Amino acid sequence: MVENSKPPQSGAAAPILSCRNLTVRYGTVSAVQNVSLDIPERQITAIIGPSGCGKSTLLRAFNRMNDFYPNVTTTGEALYRGEDLYAKDIDPVEVRRRIGMVFQKPNPFPKSVFKNVAWGTVINGFRGNLAERVEAALRKAALWEEVKDKLSQSGLDLSGGQQQRLCIARAIALEPEVILMDEPCSALDPASTARIEDLLFELKERYTIVIVTHNMQQAARVSDWTAFLSSGLLVEFGATENIFTRPQKRETEDYITGKFG
Amino acid sequence: MIRAEVDLASDPVPSISFASLRQRRPRWHEKAIQTALFLCALVSVVTTAEIIWILAAETWHFFRQVPVASFLFGTQWSPMFLPRSFGVLPLVCGTGLVVVGAALVSIPLGLGSGIFLSEYASGRLRGILKPVLEILAGIPTVVYGYFALTFVTPLLTGFFPSTQVFNAASAAIVVGIMVLPMIASMCDDALRAVPQSLRHAGYAMGATKFEVATQVVLPGALSGVLASFVLAIARAIGETMAVALAAGATPKLTLNPIESIQTMTAYIVQVSLGDTPAGSIGYLTIYAVGMLLFLITLVLNLAGNRILRRFHEVYE
Amino acid sequence: MTERGALLPSNLPARRRIGTIFYIILLCAALAGVVLLAVLLADVFRQGISWLNLRFLTSFPSRFPQQAGIKAALWGTVWLVGLTALFAIPVGIGAAIYLEEYARRNWINTLIEINIANLAGTPSIVYGILGLSIFVRWLGLGRSVLSGALTMSLLVLPVTIIASREALRAVPNSIRQAAFALGATRWQTVRAHVLPAALPGILTGVILALSRAIGETAPLIMIGALTYVAFVPSGPMDAFTALPIQIFNWSSRPQKEFYGLAAAGIIVLLGVLLTMNAAAIWIRYRSQRNLRW
Repeated sequence: MVENSKPPQSGAAAPILSCRNLTVRYGTVSAVQNVSLDIPERQITAIIGPSGCGKSTLLRAFNRMNDFYPNVTTTGEALYRGEDLYAKDIDPVEVRRRIGMVFQKPNPFPKSVFKNVAWGTVINGFRGNLAERVEAALRKAALWEEVKDKLSQSGLDLSGGQQQRLCIARAIALEPEVILMDEPCSALDPASTARIEDLLFELKERYTIVIVTHNMQQAARVSDWTAFLSSGLLVEFGATENIFTRPQKRETEDYITGKFG
Repeated sequence: MIRAEVDLASDPVPSISFASLRQRRPRWHEKAIQTALFLCALVSVVTTAEIIWILAAETWHFFRQVPVASFLFGTQWSPMFLPRSFGVLPLVCGTGLVVVGAALVSIPLGLGSGIFLSEYASGRLRGILKPVLEILAGIPTVVYGYFALTFVTPLLTGFFPSTQVFNAASAAIVVGIMVLPMIASMCDDALRAVPQSLRHAGYAMGATKFEVATQVVLPGALSGVLASFVLAIARAIGETMAVALAAGATPKLTLNPIESIQTMTAYIVQVSLGDTPAGSIGYLTIYAVGMLLFLITLVLNLAGNRILRRFHEVYE
Repeated sequence: MTERGALLPSNLPARRRIGTIFYIILLCAALAGVVLLAVLLADVFRQGISWLNLRFLTSFPSRFPQQAGIKAALWGTVWLVGLTALFAIPVGIGAAIYLEEYARRNWINTLIEINIANLAGTPSIVYGILGLSIFVRWLGLGRSVLSGALTMSLLVLPVTIIASREALRAVPNSIRQAAFALGATRWQTVRAHVLPAALPGILTGVILALSRAIGETAPLIMIGALTYVAFVPSGPMDAFTALPIQIFNWSSRPQKEFYGLAAAGIIVLLGVLLTMNAAAIWIRYRSQRNLRW
């Protein structure tokens, strides 16, 4: 039951991220079943679906974060610019430098704002001007003006929305090509949510964004492409406009109109 | 609407250059650290292996000279003086007497303290009682031995004039005080692990606080409480200095607590303080008694920890 | 017709009475600990305070109670604890990091866990037997401070590992995930984030473990710490005595004056322990202000 409508290419040769028959199992339970999907570059792709449908698992498959869960088996392919992320000689640490992640609950390190943003670049071998890089990342995350006088304060002293933008800045500091976001606004108040959604429009000029959300309206507002997952299966994938106004599957329509989930 | 503060599309290319190979570099630095840490963890395994090896080897030498049955079931312990006799039961009996006495002191007081701390005590009272218990637990055993000798024994003699200078009861009381904090804090932890919803269910049926505590919470924490008893008894069995100072050095088979006895641990200390030549049969008794001591505490520790693990599995 | 709850005969007053009696019993049990501690401390102080003076702290032991002091024992303890810390702290923390951050949940690692729990409950005198055979005899270190310290290290290792593991476990997993998502290796994550966050808890555990080492007597007796020492150790291979040994020795003497000396020694010992525990509490307090998740 796989719907695979290929997105029109915007000049790029291949989608930046894709998966082919991807199945992820925790023990004997399949969280993601046989999903094939293309994520277009520099656009926002949303993954929606009822809770427990495997959206977060699918997201984590793209930066090898599922490796940290016990008893996980991944079969099929997850491709980044054509290379299989699960090939034997692929170093997951290298993968995560190129594909960043922002988590559901903001999780800044219990260190200063500056160190939060700088640490990722330092351990990855950055030798240039750290202060400049930190400022650039914070500006891109629309946080610089608010924290430029507080760089040495603890990241935990910021408000929830600011902490999440700090986490975005931290990920951006590495200049990844893709940013995966796992329900980044679900722990935030509506005002902070709105600011981050605005930020996403800006970020997509430079980064490919894949965002998991249980909030359909957010997906409709923010994303260019939407994938609808249910019980681990990809039900439908297409341009957001089409998914929300002219869904092709009955199940999609039921979910969108609130009949379940 | 907020704006990112730079023009994202035209920002210059970043200066971190990722290696074009995404193949796994041999991170030997990481491997070395992991190995070093593993060796640290291995020290504990080696320690146990050594303990078992040494005790077993020397005990084997011992049992080449003394039949196992006469060791385990004999009722006369006189390894240094003629006529030599190697029946360990008096030492076991001495240990048992002290441990039973200690359990009689520590289990009611410890469990009572635990229930009070968990179900009744206010935050402030807890703030006073818990540190007091920690302090009690941290007092060195030799101090308890001194206390038994100089305070408890005279006190007992006041009640029971025929109390000997060295007696099992003083040591038992003091060892009981020593393991009391352990029982109290483990019981407190176990009772607090029982979810609040269970208590609420009890109250909602019109039960009093006492009824909820004893008929709802305590049964729910039973295995945690039991584990605390087992582990405390193991600790009491292994206690050395208090009994060495207060219980005496006369191994005998008796159930009378106001008499002088000797425990397994005190015996080992006694031999060490003396001049018994290494390799002699008298010296080998250290290992034989030590082996017995180790095995008894091992069984109790395994049992107690097993019960505790099962308890945690239920509530996690 | 089934009776409604409110119409059931009320035995509430009787139940409440039982509850009150029970509460009083429990209160007594809980206060027993406080009372016992107070009695113990009062007794020790009463007997020892008159013997506690500068001469006591700076003299060596003697057959004559008036001239005896704990200088040798105090310095022996300092040497002992210092060397023990040197061995036990790195190995204990290292083992805890391995078990908590690196080891997978297979049967070998579960076995190691069980093993450590058992070692923590093994009688201290068994460690003495171990130390005697390995350090004094087999490695030929003799009755030295080094033998004592190595034996003590093995003794406090399980407790250190357990306390350190708890501290590591208390660090929220979200911190680790955040670090991994930035392309950090496991050691980079542990060193930069997990260990610093767990450090206060680890330090508290270490201090408590060392407190235990200070008070232990049996293993030292086994490895041959002397009971009559008229010198201060000047190197790790020197013979030595320690505070608890001295106290034990004085408590075993038939003359009653030595009881007073023992009590004075206990006051010193408790003083040292109190300082260490106060340090541990202070560390815990300071850290709770800095680290909030």
